[in-house]
Amino acid sequence: MNWKTFYALLSRDGHVARRNLLPMLLQNLLQPLLLTFVFGRILTAGGMMQGAYKNVLLPGVMAISMVLSGVQAVAMPLITEFQFTREIEDRLLAPMDIGWLAVEKIVAGMIQALVAGLVVIPAAWLTMGSGAQLNFKPLQFAIVCLLVAMFSSAGGLALGCSVGQTQIGLMFSLVLAPMMMFGCAYYPWSFLSHFPVLQYAVLINPLVYASEGLRGTLTKADHIDTMIVIAAMVVINVILLIVGLRKFHSKAVS
Amino acid sequence: MGIGIRIENLRKVYDTPPPSAARGAGFSFVAQRSTGPKEKKKKFEVVALDGISLEMLPGEVFGLLGPNGAGKSTTIGILTTRTRPTSGRAFIGDHDVWQEQVRAKRLIGVVPQRPNLDFALTAREILLFHGAYFGQGARERAERSQQLLEKFKLTDRADHMVRSYSGGMMQRISIARAMMHDPEVLFLDEPSAGLDPQTRLLLWEIVRDYNRAGKTIVLTTHYMEEADSLCDRLAIIDHGKIIATGAPKELKSSIPGGYLLRLRFNRVPEELMAELKKLPGVTEVRSADHIAADVYADRGGPLISAIVAAAQSVNVELHDVHIAEPSLETLFLHHTGRSLRD
Repeated sequence: MNWKTFYALLSRDGHVARRNLLPMLLQNLLQPLLLTFVFGRILTAGGMMQGAYKNVLLPGVMAISMVLSGVQAVAMPLITEFQFTREIEDRLLAPMDIGWLAVEKIVAGMIQALVAGLVVIPAAWLTMGSGAQLNFKPLQFAIVCLLVAMFSSAGGLALGCSVGQTQIGLMFSLVLAPMMMFGCAYYPWSFLSHFPVLQYAVLINPLVYASEGLRGTLTKADHIDTMIVIAAMVVINVILLIVGLRKFHSKAVS
Repeated sequence: MGIGIRIENLRKVYDTPPPSAARGAGFSFVAQRSTGPKEKKKKFEVVALDGISLEMLPGEVFGLLGPNGAGKSTTIGILTTRTRPTSGRAFIGDHDVWQEQVRAKRLIGVVPQRPNLDFALTAREILLFHGAYFGQGARERAERSQQLLEKFKLTDRADHMVRSYSGGMMQRISIARAMMHDPEVLFLDEPSAGLDPQTRLLLWEIVRDYNRAGKTIVLTTHYMEEADSLCDRLAIIDHGKIIATGAPKELKSSIPGGYLLRLRFNRVPEELMAELKKLPGVTEVRSADHIAADVYADRGGPLISAIVAAAQSVNVELHDVHIAEPSLETLFLHHTGRSLRD
């Protein structure tokens, strides 16, 4: 393994990310923050939602931001780079096994997902006004965050290697939108008990574990047991990593 | 000093559309599917290379010459780790390209057919990061990138994003990037396609220069002049097979009657055609219209006086002579029965 090359590739991604910092932050944060403002502030202030809803919403919004930015940070550049110009070859020719380039993409995506997640907490806190009740468990929280960041960027790798440039719109409406709505980000998983089929169907959605995991380690709210969440995320991570790396290999070599 | 290349019985069958095709203008996934009406649903099979073996010597400029779709880019793709061979082996120096990819990648620099530049960066950053991928220190990178930018006349716009570059500039920065880590072998896939004559000359000069430093250069082209003036040796490739290899001169002298004399007269009667056919070394005479004749012969200039005499003997005036020397074009025609530009 060639760490110098790996680090150089990582710093290239960091350099590009810094150059696009503002648009990237707006892209990933604006929507969740507007949602937080509407649901967490307007509706709770008017009495339509209870104040405790903030405890449910804060981790949910954080989960969405992390997952979206992780997926996008990896998938979007990959989709372009695998297109007509095959820009990716610029880096595939670097003296390193090509599998490590995929790993590098995942690490870069994880960093972006973690940054997005950490920015959301204070930002959402401010938009909601005070009121969310914390129940912070640092170690578990850190583990959950890392696992969320990893599966979102591994998922981004798998998506980025399977979706063509013309299908980006479809990817958003067919994959990401349902994932967000059925990801238990705006409601706890236990609320789905009125819809038993749905309640178990959504368990294939990785975002469910992200929302519930963050809920369990950040605020006082109903949530799936954190150990189960972590175990499920480990499984999801392994699957997405394998799928992503396979797809990357078959796409990178003709 | 210098690294050679060996290819043994290389075969490549694509079962999905090759990326080079995907890169082509107007290509789309949907169109590809709907083209062949006879095509069975899933089976896409294209034999790009059909068992080629080649040896490129250390320090030479080797040219792969052939029409579009002959297998040139696939050969380069395999030699640069970007394409997996279906069977056969390829070596850069002593390293099997497929088995020891990282070692092979350290030895090679690649200029692709279409610039695959990192569009998120400026020209200078492209060189700096490329140097970093290859483990160069900060100072070495800075110096070397500056030298290359100067050499390729890109200093004015070195700090602009390359996506704003013209085609010729992109090509230049691609070549600079390939040279950034000072590779032992430089691959250039159609390097002068779409370049203006001036930039092409600059490119040739740079390639020769790099070769003088003992580096091996492999280039593909379908320009005769380029193959002729740049390459020490050539392989002519068509339909995934090697048709001929050798130095450009050897190859050209291998064709019988390689000279073509295009003659114009005031008229071309039958008697003149008969006289021309009798001349020494003439293999074929074709009358293009009533005032022109094409003479294929094994010599050029020495025939002129005999042609003049033959014309006078039948009372015909010679108006114009043009002698085409044996060229790679005629060579390709000779071997394949097709013109390179078909």
